[in-house]
Amino acid sequence: MTYTTHSESETEALGARFAKDLPGGSVVALYGDLGCGKTAFVRGMARGMGLDAAVTSPTFTIVNEYEGSPRSLFHFDMYRLAGAEELFDIGWEDYLARGGVCAVEWSENVPGAFEGDEIAVRFEKTGDDTREITMEGGPDLC
Amino acid sequence: MLILSVESSCDETAVALVENGRKVLADEIFSQVALHQLYGGVVPEIAARSHLEVVTLLADRALRTAGRTRADIDAVACTYAPGLIGAVLVGVNFAKSAALALGVPLIPVHHIRGHIAANYLAYPELEPPFLCLAISGGNTLLADVRGYTDMSVLGRTRDDAAGECFDKSARVMGLGYPGGKPIDDLGRQGDDRAYDLPRPAVHGDDPYDMSFSGLKTAVVNIVHHAEQTGAELDKAGLAASLCRAVSETLVGRTMRAAEALGYKNIAVAGGVAANSRIRADFEAACRKAGRTLFVPPLRLCGDNAAMIGAQGYYEYLAGHTAGPDLNAYATMEL
Repeated sequence: MTYTTHSESETEALGARFAKDLPGGSVVALYGDLGCGKTAFVRGMARGMGLDAAVTSPTFTIVNEYEGSPRSLFHFDMYRLAGAEELFDIGWEDYLARGGVCAVEWSENVPGAFEGDEIAVRFEKTGDDTREITMEGGPDLC
Repeated sequence: MLILSVESSCDETAVALVENGRKVLADEIFSQVALHQLYGGVVPEIAARSHLEVVTLLADRALRTAGRTRADIDAVACTYAPGLIGAVLVGVNFAKSAALALGVPLIPVHHIRGHIAANYLAYPELEPPFLCLAISGGNTLLADVRGYTDMSVLGRTRDDAAGECFDKSARVMGLGYPGGKPIDDLGRQGDDRAYDLPRPAVHGDDPYDMSFSGLKTAVVNIVHHAEQTGAELDKAGLAASLCRAVSETLVGRTMRAAEALGYKNIAVAGGVAANSRIRADFEAACRKAGRTLFVPPLRLCGDNAAMIGAQGYYEYLAGHTAGPDLNAYATMEL
């Protein structure tokens, strides 16, 4: 399913709708270049999951944790990682075992890290402010 | 009181010896930047491994530099949050072992509190209360420093850190990593009005919050448009315009907060404080508003262990020590 958004706040709103009923344990692999709205989408996910959290870029810390009940959100950023091996070095399997929703920015940097049951969300810049967001798997938002 | 302090939250491994929170006897730093330049960013696994290799060597060297022995150490302080978790853990575990072996207290220090405390090393006369803008690759926040260990966040970035905006823009512009210095150097040769970049507006109830993600996106758009149309990119102009936009946001928010809260003293901390445009703008704004500006020298702006020893002293006085069960955290409130 492909969606078009025309602003950062629309991207955020789409993320909120997407994550509202997302089951715990879901892995969301985000793909797309710098400035495509990935962090904005995850900020929306946090809101949709009812988490009262200031979602900021996890580029520096690799992962930010937003605790919630019943679902926590683990926000990963693979921007500075060089391969799937390094994802395991930072404790990826421990996060999976905790049953939260894992949103992974720059998934293109960790090919082969997922087992095929992830939801892929691809961001494409079609204009300065417009984005085409394609989801493979996950909830139907129509 | 002599404190042995350790910092390993990102790509710098550092060990220092600081007396009574103010006097630096040794300040050893091993930078991994050369390693990371190969990869265009900090690589966490490499960071942790490299910290492990050099931390004990640095500690021995710090003692030699200071002309002291292990028996002279009264406490051990370390950064325990926030940072790359694997990297922070190396420093925490080294500090735990050292404290245990020496039979002295262990003091956990928040990395950003350390950056704020770098000002105490540079300015013996500076005491709280003051307003402090902490700007680095991973953080951008404005802190109300009421006391040495009593502080709160007035505003912060809603998305990317200011340093991250420089790093990512530099990468798109082909200037390498880390991006702060090349952008600054190039920007000084350019016209700061060459490109009309957005001043990120933040909506909501937090008047001192900031946003840098839209600025980064604007730079990406400009570079891509130039690539697509074959137009020549004025890189120096773009770098200058970017520095100006970041600086206006940071300086504007800080001066407004100082006015509203009635603070005379304004401190700046963190690696991005090394940016010459931001320094110059702060100097001008403080001169105009009759406020006193504190900006540590370049060496103390980047990650270092002396600042951890400085803050560690005040944390110790406040009774903030930890046992061998101390953990490291990737994220932690100031």
